Amino acid sequence: MDILSFFVIIPVLTITAILFTKNYKQTRLVSAIGMGVQLILAAVLIYLYLKERQAGNMAQMLFMRDIVWFPSLNIHYLVGVDGISVAMIGLTSLVVFAGIFASWQVDYLAREFFISLILLASGVFGFFISLDLFTMFLFYELAVIPMYLLIGLWGSGPKEYAAMKLTLMLMGGSALLLVGILGIYFNSAPGGGQLTFNLLEIARNHIPIEAQRFFFPMTFVGFGVLGALFPFHTWSPDGHASAPTAVSMLHAGVLMKLGGYGAFRVAIYLMPEAAHELAWIFIILTSISVVYGAFGAVVQKDLKYINAYSSVSHCGLVLFAVLMMNQTAMNGAIIQMISHGLMTALFFALIGMIYGRTHTRMVNEMGGLMKVMPFLGVAYVIAGLASLGLPGFSGFVAEMTIFVGAFQHPDTFHRVVTILAVSSIVITAVYILRVVGMLLFGPIKNDHFLHLDDAKWYERISTVTLIVAIAAIGLAPLWLSDMIRFSLGPIVERLNGFAGVAGLF
Amino acid sequence: MNLSDFLTMRHEMLLTIVALVVLITDINLSVKRKPMVINLAIGLFFIHTVIGFLPASTGILFGGMYRSSALTLMMKNILNVGVFIVLLQSATWLKKAENLEKISEYFILLFSTLIGMNFMISSGDFLMFYLGLELATIPMAALAAYVHHQNRSAEAGVKLILSSALSSGILLFGLSMIYGTTGSVYFDQVAATYANTPLQVLAFIFFFAGMSFKISLVPFHLWTADVYEGSPVNVTSYLSVISKGASVFILTIILFTVFHSISFLWKDLVYAIAVSTMTIGNLFAIRQKNMKRFLAFSSIAQAGFILLGIIAGSQLGMTTVIYFVLIYIFSNLGAFGVVSAISAVTNKESMDDYDGLYHTNPKLSLVMMLSLFSLAGIPPVAGFFGKFFLFTAAASAGYYWLVFIAVLNATISLYYYLLVVKAMFINKSEMPIAYFKSDLYTRMGLFLCVAGIFALGFYSPLYEAILSISNGLIH
Repeated sequence: MDILSFFVIIPVLTITAILFTKNYKQTRLVSAIGMGVQLILAAVLIYLYLKERQAGNMAQMLFMRDIVWFPSLNIHYLVGVDGISVAMIGLTSLVVFAGIFASWQVDYLAREFFISLILLASGVFGFFISLDLFTMFLFYELAVIPMYLLIGLWGSGPKEYAAMKLTLMLMGGSALLLVGILGIYFNSAPGGGQLTFNLLEIARNHIPIEAQRFFFPMTFVGFGVLGALFPFHTWSPDGHASAPTAVSMLHAGVLMKLGGYGAFRVAIYLMPEAAHELAWIFIILTSISVVYGAFGAVVQKDLKYINAYSSVSHCGLVLFAVLMMNQTAMNGAIIQMISHGLMTALFFALIGMIYGRTHTRMVNEMGGLMKVMPFLGVAYVIAGLASLGLPGFSGFVAEMTIFVGAFQHPDTFHRVVTILAVSSIVITAVYILRVVGMLLFGPIKNDHFLHLDDAKWYERISTVTLIVAIAAIGLAPLWLSDMIRFSLGPIVERLNGFAGVAGLF
Repeated sequence: MNLSDFLTMRHEMLLTIVALVVLITDINLSVKRKPMVINLAIGLFFIHTVIGFLPASTGILFGGMYRSSALTLMMKNILNVGVFIVLLQSATWLKKAENLEKISEYFILLFSTLIGMNFMISSGDFLMFYLGLELATIPMAALAAYVHHQNRSAEAGVKLILSSALSSGILLFGLSMIYGTTGSVYFDQVAATYANTPLQVLAFIFFFAGMSFKISLVPFHLWTADVYEGSPVNVTSYLSVISKGASVFILTIILFTVFHSISFLWKDLVYAIAVSTMTIGNLFAIRQKNMKRFLAFSSIAQAGFILLGIIAGSQLGMTTVIYFVLIYIFSNLGAFGVVSAISAVTNKESMDDYDGLYHTNPKLSLVMMLSLFSLAGIPPVAGFFGKFFLFTAAASAGYYWLVFIAVLNATISLYYYLLVVKAMFINKSEMPIAYFKSDLYTRMGLFLCVAGIFALGFYSPLYEAILSISNGLIH
C-alpha cells in the first residue's frame, strides 16, 4: 500500500469507527484520534518527501501509484504528490485536526456531524493527491456535497438558504468544470493515440489552441467559483456566516483552496496558451475580488461576515497571483493559500469560541473582551496581525512574494492592477484593526461578559496548533518556498514555453 | 424448427410458466391463504432471474422476427433484476386486506407486461416490436387501475390506456409508412434501403413520436404525472423504471441499427428533445409536493439525460445508455422503495409528511438520501458514474453545449432532490411519521438498491462487460 492512499483510507476507517460509537464523547474522541493519525501521517509525508528530494529524486511527482480503473475510458486511480500537494495536504490535516477540537462541544447528532466533516476532509485529501482528472473531479464533488447537511443542520441564522445557495453555486461551478474536463479529455491526444485523463500525460501533449480557447474559461471559472472569483463569490459570505465553526474553518481554510489549486494545476498548466491569451479578463475579475472583498469586510458588522469577505479578498489574491504566471508570483500564491488557510481557520475558530460565550457576533455589541478572556484575545490579535501581513507571520511572506512577482511584468496593465491589488493591504489593516479595537479593547459593554471564562483545554489545542503553524511559516519561510519552488519548476517552464503567445496586454 | 429452438426464447418461456403457476396456485388457495401467492411469485421470479444469467443460446427465430443476442439477454437480465426489486417492495402493500382478493392478478399482469417487454427487446421486425409493445402496455393500464375503487387509480388506468392508444396509433401510422416506402418490416431490410425521402422522414418522425410517448419525453410527457400519481406506488415505480428502461433499450437499438442511415437527421431531433425534456422535467419537478408526482417529473428529466447517450450514436453511447439505465433502476427503485414503504404503512405521500423523518426512521431516510444523490449524480454513489459517462458519450460526438445544458440541469435537479433531503434531515415537524419496522421483503429490496447504488459505480468490470457486449451492435 502506498502512503498516499492512506490519506483517503484513514478518513474512511474513522467514519466506519464513528458508526459504532455510542455517544458524542466517544464520537469526538474517535474523530480526534483519526484526524490526529492523519496529521502525523502528513508530517511523515513531508519528511519522506524532503528526504526523497535531498536524495536527488528529480521526478515531477513522487510516491506515485497507478491502478487502472475503467480501462476502456482510460480512467485510472492515479495518485502522486509534488511539493505543492504536500504543502496542501499538510495544511488540510492541520485545519481538520484543529476543526475537530473546535467542534468538541457539538452534541446534536454528533455522529452525523463528524461523519460529514470527515467525509468532506476525505474529499479534499483525495483531490490533492489525485493526478487523474476523473478522480480529481470525483473527490471535488465529494468535498462539496457534505456542506449542505453541515450548514443546513448545524448552522445558524438563515442556514437553509445559505446551505442551498452554497451547494447550488458550487455545483454550478462543477458543471462548468465537467465540460472543461471532458473537453481536455477529448483533446488530450491531438496526434492520435489513446485519450487520457492523466494530468502529466496531457501536459506532455499540446491541446489545440481552438479547444483551449473554449475550455480554458470553463475550467478556470469552474474552479474559480470555489476560489471566490468575482462575481461568483456570493455563496461565500452567506455560507461562511451560517456554517458551524469547524465547517467555516474547513471551508474557508481548505475547500476554497481547491479552487486556486485546481485553477493552476488543471486550467493554466494544461492550457497555457489560452491562459496567456485570456489572463487579462480574469486578472481584472480577481483584482475586483481582492479590492471589493476588502471593502466588503470594512462595512460588515458581523464577525463572520467580516472574515468571509476577507476570505474573498485573500482567495482572490491567490487567483490573481496564479494568473501572473511567473515563478515568484505563483510561489507566493501557494504560500498565500497555506497562510490564508491557517489564518482564516484560526479566525473562524476564535469567532466560534467567542460566539459560544457572548452569544453575539455583532462587533458593536462587544468590547473589552481582552480583559475577560486574555487567551482568546491574544490569539485573535495574532490572527489579525497575520492577516494584515505583519512581518514574522505567514501572511507577510505570501503577500510580499505575490506583489514582487506581479510587479515583474513591465507593462502598464499589470502594473496598474498590481497597484490596485496592493491597496487591499491598507484596507485589510483598516478592518482588522477596527475589529480588534472594538472587540477586545475599550470598556466592557455588557455586564454579562464579566463572568465569561477563557478558553478550555480543547479550544487551546485547536488555536495553538494553528498559531504554531502560522508562526513557523512566518519565521522560517524558506523551507516551504524551497519545497514549492522545485515543484513549480516544470509548471512555470511549460508556461514560459508558450509565453510568446501574448495576450491583449 | 425443432423444440430446442424454443430455448432461445428462454426468458419469455420461463416467465409464461411462472405466470401460469401463479395463476393455478391462486385458484386452489382459500381466501385466507392468498398471501402465500406473494412468497410463491417472488420465489419463482427469483429463480427465473437467476436462470436468466446462465449461459443461453442465441440466434434468430421465426424467420427473423425474433432475435436473441448477448445484448438482448443482458437487457432482459437488467430488467429482471429491477422487477425482482419491485416485487420485493410490493409485498407489504399487497398484504393489505383490500388487496387480498386480487394478489395474483398483480403478478400475472406484471409478468405479462414483462413478457411483452422481452419480446419487444428481442424483436427483429416491426410487427414483433409492435406486438411486444402492446403486450407491455395494455396490462399496464389494468395495473394502474389496480385499486379500482379509488377514483384516481381508475382515472390513471383510463388515462394510460387512452394515451397509449393514441401513441400506438401514431406509431402504427409511422410503421405503415415505413412498410409502404421500403416494402418490408424486417429491421435489416428496412435499414438497408432507408433514406431521407420526405415520406421516410415523416415515417421516422411518427415512429419517434410514438416512442416518445412511452418514454415520456417532452412534449409527449403530459400523461405521466397524472398516471404516476394515480397508480399505486409500486405500479408507478414499475412504470417509471422498468417500462421506461425497456422502451429506451429498444429505441436505442432501432435508432442505432434501423435508422442508422439517417442518423444526421435524428441527432438534431434528439438534441432538441433532450434539451426540452431535461429542462421542462426539472422545472416542473421543483414545484411538486406529492412524492409520486415529484419522482414522475424527476424521471422525465432523467429520460432527457439518457438521450445524451443516444445522441452519441456510437458504441460508447450504447454502453453508457445501458449502464445508466442499470444504475437508474437501482437509484429510482431505492427512492420509490422508501416512498412505497412509507405509503404502505401510513398512507402518506406528501413531501411535507417527510419532515423530520430522519429522527424517527433514520435508515429509510438514509436510503432515500443515497438514492436521491445517485439520481442527482453525486459521488461516490453510482449515479455519478452513470451521468459522467453519459456526458462523456455526448462529448465524444462533440456536443459540448448539450453537455453543458445537461450539467446545468443536473444542478437544478440537485435543488429539488435536496428539498427532500432538507425535509427529512433539517425540517422540524410536530407530527413526524412514527417509527415503524418494515417487513423482510421491503428491507431486502432496499438493501439490494443500496448495495447496487454503492457497488455499480466502483465495480468497473461491469462497465467493461457492458461495453464488450454492446460491441456487436454497432456497424
